[in-house]
Amino acid sequence: MPTKVIVDCSTGVTTEVELTAEEVAQREADAVAFAEIKAAEEAAAQAKADAKASAQAKLAALGLTADEIAALN
Amino acid sequence: MANTFEAIRTVTVGSGGAADIEFTSIPGTYTDLLVFVSARSSTTNNFYRINLNSSASDFSGLFLNATGSVVASGSSSPAFGRMSQSNYTSNTFGNDFWYIPNYTSSNNKSISVDTVAENNSATTNFLDFVAGLWSQSAAITAIKFVPNTGNFAEYSTATLYGIKNS
Repeated sequence: MPTKVIVDCSTGVTTEVELTAEEVAQREADAVAFAEIKAAEEAAAQAKADAKASAQAKLAALGLTADEIAALN
Repeated sequence: MANTFEAIRTVTVGSGGAADIEFTSIPGTYTDLLVFVSARSSTTNNFYRINLNSSASDFSGLFLNATGSVVASGSSSPAFGRMSQSNYTSNTFGNDFWYIPNYTSSNNKSISVDTVAENNSATTNFLDFVAGLWSQSAAITAIKFVPNTGNFAEYSTATLYGIKNS
């Protein structure tokens, strides 16, 4: 079993405790949920960045200079 | 001079790594809390997240992210930090700054995170600013950091500071 490190701030005592089977299962479920959330968030952010790059390329194709495109940001 | 910035406790992960790092019984005698985390992952996933008072729920927020090639922003459900991945340059560790003002307030809690997954690379790095919210009213007495996968690697450290306004 993996272990967790717990620091009791009132005493300064640090203990290493094995995760229970329940904690391991919860951790795995949380990891799956978190990975899905982060994947969606990063996909959305990447799509936004891609759309921006596409728009900038189209503006350049219309003849705008890099400085002119940057001025629109 | 008032003692406004006090190291409460530090933990250093030992051999074998740690599945979680948790500070418990945090005294309510400060105004704000600050945690500096220097961490490396045992896997190629560089995310870890925060739980407060053993709760993984009611987190929301926004992030601003930069990698070696892309700048992005978006919403972030849990507040997160990053650490150096296991396939990053050897012996590099992420640098993360977690600031939680008014942690004993009965209002919702804000969390500011400034995080970088260090890699000593000109092309592959991760930087994030996260503006987080924990929508619970209880005073914070415990902070836990949880890697998304695997463990915090040996020599990862976390130091909890208490900050007073006087």
